[in-house]
Amino acid sequence: MMLIACPHCGPRAHVEFTYERTMDAILSVDVDPDTAVAILFQRENPRGPSQELWRHTYGCRSWLRLTRNTVTHDLAEVVAWPPA
Amino acid sequence: MSAPFRNAAGGLIDRARAVRFTVDGRPYEGFAGDTLASASLANGVRLMGRSFKYHRPRGVFGAGVEEPNALYGVGEGGRFEPNTRATDVFLYEGLTAISQNCWPNLPFDIGAVSQVAAPFIPAGFYYKTFFGGPRLWKVYEHLIRRAAGLGKPPQHRDVDRFNHRAAFCDVLVVGAGPAGLAAADAASAAGARVIMVEQDRLAGGGFLRDPAMAGGDDGLVWAMAVATRVKAEGGRVLSRSTATGFYDHGLLNVVQRHVEPGQITRDDGAAQTLWRVRARRVVLAQGSLERPLLFSGNDRPGVMLASAARSFVTRYAVRPGALAVVAGCDDHADLTARVLAASGIEVIAVMDSRVGGRVVAALGSRAVTGAIVSEAGRSRTVACDLIAVSGGQTPTVHLHMQAGGGLAWDAQAGAFAPTTARQNQVSVGAGAGRQGLEAALADGWRAGVEAAQDLGLSRPMGARPRGAAARPTPTVSGCCVTLTDGADAKTAFIDLQNDVTAADIDLAGRQGYRSVEHLKRFTTLGMASDQGKTSNLLGLARMAQASGVTVPQIGLTTFRPPYTPVTLGVLAGEAVGAEAAPRRRLTLQSAHAAAGAVWQPSGYWSRPRAYPMSGETSPQAAVREARTVRDAVGLTDVSTLGKFEVVGPDAVAFLEIICATSVAKLAVGRGRYTIMLREDGIVADDGTVWRLADQRYLLTSSTGGADTMAHRLSYARRVLTPRLQVMVTAVQECWVGIAVAGPNARALVDQATGAAPPRHMSVAAARLADQPVWLLAASYSGERAFEIYVRSYAAQVVWSDLERRVAAAGGRVYGLDAMDLLRIEKGHIVTGAEIDGRTCPYDLGLTKMLRKGGFIGWAGLQRRDFQRPNRPCLVGLDALDGVLPEGAMLLPRAGAAPQGHVSSAGRRVTGEGAIGLGLVASGPDRIGEVMIASSPTRRLQGRVRLTAPLFYDAEGARYVD
Ligand SMILES: [Zn+2]
Repeated sequence: MMLIACPHCGPRAHVEFTYERTMDAILSVDVDPDTAVAILFQRENPRGPSQELWRHTYGCRSWLRLTRNTVTHDLAEVVAWPPA
Repeated sequence: MSAPFRNAAGGLIDRARAVRFTVDGRPYEGFAGDTLASASLANGVRLMGRSFKYHRPRGVFGAGVEEPNALYGVGEGGRFEPNTRATDVFLYEGLTAISQNCWPNLPFDIGAVSQVAAPFIPAGFYYKTFFGGPRLWKVYEHLIRRAAGLGKPPQHRDVDRFNHRAAFCDVLVVGAGPAGLAAADAASAAGARVIMVEQDRLAGGGFLRDPAMAGGDDGLVWAMAVATRVKAEGGRVLSRSTATGFYDHGLLNVVQRHVEPGQITRDDGAAQTLWRVRARRVVLAQGSLERPLLFSGNDRPGVMLASAARSFVTRYAVRPGALAVVAGCDDHADLTARVLAASGIEVIAVMDSRVGGRVVAALGSRAVTGAIVSEAGRSRTVACDLIAVSGGQTPTVHLHMQAGGGLAWDAQAGAFAPTTARQNQVSVGAGAGRQGLEAALADGWRAGVEAAQDLGLSRPMGARPRGAAARPTPTVSGCCVTLTDGADAKTAFIDLQNDVTAADIDLAGRQGYRSVEHLKRFTTLGMASDQGKTSNLLGLARMAQASGVTVPQIGLTTFRPPYTPVTLGVLAGEAVGAEAAPRRRLTLQSAHAAAGAVWQPSGYWSRPRAYPMSGETSPQAAVREARTVRDAVGLTDVSTLGKFEVVGPDAVAFLEIICATSVAKLAVGRGRYTIMLREDGIVADDGTVWRLADQRYLLTSSTGGADTMAHRLSYARRVLTPRLQVMVTAVQECWVGIAVAGPNARALVDQATGAAPPRHMSVAAARLADQPVWLLAASYSGERAFEIYVRSYAAQVVWSDLERRVAAAGGRVYGLDAMDLLRIEKGHIVTGAEIDGRTCPYDLGLTKMLRKGGFIGWAGLQRRDFQRPNRPCLVGLDALDGVLPEGAMLLPRAGAAPQGHVSSAGRRVTGEGAIGLGLVASGPDRIGEVMIASSPTRRLQGRVRLTAPLFYDAEGARYVD
C-alpha cells in the first residue's frame, strides 16, 4: 500500500485515495466521437512513469496529479489538480 | 508418562512444567517449550501425516515454518485450525491435534491404496483435465473435490477476536537471529526507533539450534540483552510475530500470535494482531532454509533435514532416532554428525557428496529401517532409523523479492541471493547468503549502522559484537541437487507436501514445459501451503539439468505474500459481523421501527422493506401497502436518494454537462426527470432536477448511485469545468425526503400546508407542521404524489404529522417492496435493474429525452454498436403461467439461446398475475410475442408475453392537474 503525500494533508495511506484515470484520458465535454473511443478504449498502458489523476476521497477530497512509476510505484510528484 | 526419546538433561524446555496434550484422542505429555513435533518425537511418535496425493506415511521433516509433512488440525470447535505445522505450534495444556489426509486413521489409511494407483495420477493430471474442457471436468470433479486441499476447513464460527494495529518506525528488523540482533542493536544504539519481529517464541535464531558465543556471552544470553536494550531505547520486540508480506513504500504486515493455534485467549484478549508497520528502513535477517537430498524413499518418516535433527537434539533434548546416517554436501554433515553423536545417537555413516558419499535409498515404509549408501562407487546397506540430510542452504529471500528486490545466482551455494533493492531494504546474514556466525554478526551490525546514518543519525557508541561457535561451523555452503545414481526418480520426492517427484519434473520436461511458470502449474511444484520452502530450488535444478541449462536460465517464480499461512480472521480483524461495513442510520429509523418495519439492506443503509401487520407475511404486506397507495394514500421515506444543490450563474451550464436531458428550458419552480451518462454512453444513473430559484437547482440521484454521483459531480466540477461559476454541494443528509402518494395525497397536502399544492413536476416552498419544507410534485408510483423535503433536525415532527393525516385519510406507511411493485406496474426503470451498466438511453426508450450534445457521454453514445438493431431493449413482461423469476433468461423457445433477461419482476397491484420488465433483443419490435422465462438454477420456468413497459394508467390520468 502506497504512502501518498497529499499537498494538503501530508503523507496518507493509499486506502484514503481513489484512482481516477491517467491524465491523457481526461475527455473534454466537447470531444469528438473518434477521439473519445480512442481515449476510452485504446489507451497506452505504459511501463514506467505515468501521469495520473487521483482524489483524496476519504480525506480532503481534493483532486491530485500523481507521477507514478507503474513498475516501482515510485511517486515522483504529487500536486493539486488543476493548478491554482 | 515416560518419554523414551528424551535426553535426561539439556534443551530449552521447562522440565518442571509438564504439559498434557492429545493426538487423535491419545494422551501424551511434553514440557513447556516443546513444539507438538518435538514432544511427539520424544514420545516415540514418528508417523505424523499422510501425503496429499499418494497418502504415503510421513514424519516430521523440518523443525520450523518450513515443515511440509507434519500437519495437524489443532484446537476444537470455533478454534480449530487446520494445516498447523507440528513444528510451529508450542505445547499448551490441553492441546488437541487430529491427523489429516487419512481415513479411518493415520496408521491404517485406506487412501494409501492410491499408492498402488500412483502411475495413474501423473504430474499434470489437474492441468490437463482443465485443458480437456468441461466434459472431462464433470467426470473428474467429484474425485478431485474429495482429494483436493489439505486438512479440513473449520466447521464452526471462529470464536476468537482479532485486531489490527498500525505502527511506524525508523528501522524494522525482520528476524532475531545473530544478524538481525546485531542490526537492531546497532540501529537502536544510534537512536533509531526500532521494531524487531521474530516468528519464534524466543530470540536467538541459529543460537537456539547451534549454541555459540556472541558479544562475550552465550549467544542466547546476548540475544536477551539486545532485546532488553532495544526495548529500553523505546523500541519494540515482537516475538511469535511473522512478517508475512512486504508491500509498497515500506509497509509490512506482521502477524503476531498472542496464543498458540487452538489455544484459549487470556482475559478475552485478541488471539492475533495484524500489525501494519510503515518502516523507513527495513533490515531483512530471515536466515536460510536447508534443502533436502534426492534419493529413493527420501520422504520416509525418519528422513529429516540435518538442521532439524540438530534442533530437536539441542533445543528440545529429543533424539529423533537411535541409529543415524548423516548425508550432506558441505561441513554441515560433519557438524550434524558431531551433534547427534554427542546426544547419544549412534552415527552409522556420514555421506559427504564432495567425496562421493551419497544415500541411494531409504528403506522401510512407515519408518526408516535402513539405508542404501554408496561411497566411491560401492554401495552397501546399513540399518538406521534416522537419515539427516543437508543439500545446501537457501537464503530466505521472500520479503526481499516481494519488495521488488533483485536476485543473483550463487552457483557455489546453489541458491539465489539478494542483490539490488527497490525499496529501503537490505538483507543481512544467512538470508543474504553470508556464511558463518562472524559474517552474520558483522553484516547485521553494519546494516544497523548504515540504516541509522541514512536517517541522519550518528554512529552508535560501542563496537560490533564478536562471535565464537561452540563447534566448527561451515564457512562455505555446498550444494547437492542431483538425484543419486541408482536411485529411483519416481520415489525421490522434491515437493513433499504436493507429492511432486523428480520423475514428475522429468515428465514435464519431456512434454515440452520449458518455462518455470508452466512447470509450476503442470506439476503443482511449490503450490502447497508451504509454498515450496524446501522444494522450489530442487525442482528448478532438476529441470535445468534435464534441459542442459543453468538454474537462472530456467528462472524463478515470483514470491508472493504471505510468507507463512495466515488465518483469514486476522486479515479481517475487527471488521466482522455487524462491524464488517459501516452502517448508515435513517434519521427516521425509530419512527420506522415503531411502525413495525422489516429492514432491507440497501448499500450501507437499512431501509424499511415492508410494515407487516399482525398475521401478515412480508410479501402480503407489500401488496396491501401498494394497494393502499393505489386506493387511498401512502407514506414512505425516500431520504436515501442522492441530493445535490447546484448554485451560481453557471449552474445551468454545469447541469447541462451532467444531464443528458434539457435543463436550460426549466422554468423556476419546475422540475423534470433526467438521466446521466457515463463517458462511454451507458446510462450511469437517473434522477430529477428542480429549479428552486433563478440560479439554484436541486439534483437528485438514486440511493445506490449517490456516492458515485458525488464523485462524478466533483470530477466534472473540479477537473472538467474549473472555470464555471457554480457551487455543487452534496446535501443528501441535510434533507429528509418523505413521499406522500395516492389519490388522497393532494387533498392531504393541501390541508397539511394550508396552501394549494404545486402542479405535477413543480416545486414550491411551504410550511408543514410549522416547519419550512420543499414540496416536489413528482410521481414514482404512478399516483398523484409529493416528495416533502424537510431539514433532518425537523423531520420527526413532520413525519408524525403526516403519519397522522395519512391514517385519517385511510392510508398507511409503505416500504421498498411496495414501491417496487408500484414502479414496475408503472414501467419505471431503476438503477441496478434496468440501468445495469450495459444499457444506453436508446435501449431504455429514452431517445426522445436526449439533447443534441454538450453533455458527458454524448461522444461515447455515437458508437456504432449502440445503433445495432438487435440490442436488448426495454419491454414489459406479462406472465402467462403465473411464474416470472427475476433474473431469468428469456428464450424464444425451449432449448434456444437466450435473447434477453427479466430485469425486474413483481405482481400486479391492481388485479392478479405476475408482471415484470425485461431487456430483450429488438424487444419493442416484438410486442405480443410469447417467450419462455427460464431459471434453471431455481428450476423455474414459465411463458411470458412481451408488452409495452407500462401496465397501469398509460395516459397518466392519475396525476393530471
Ligand atoms: Zn488531502
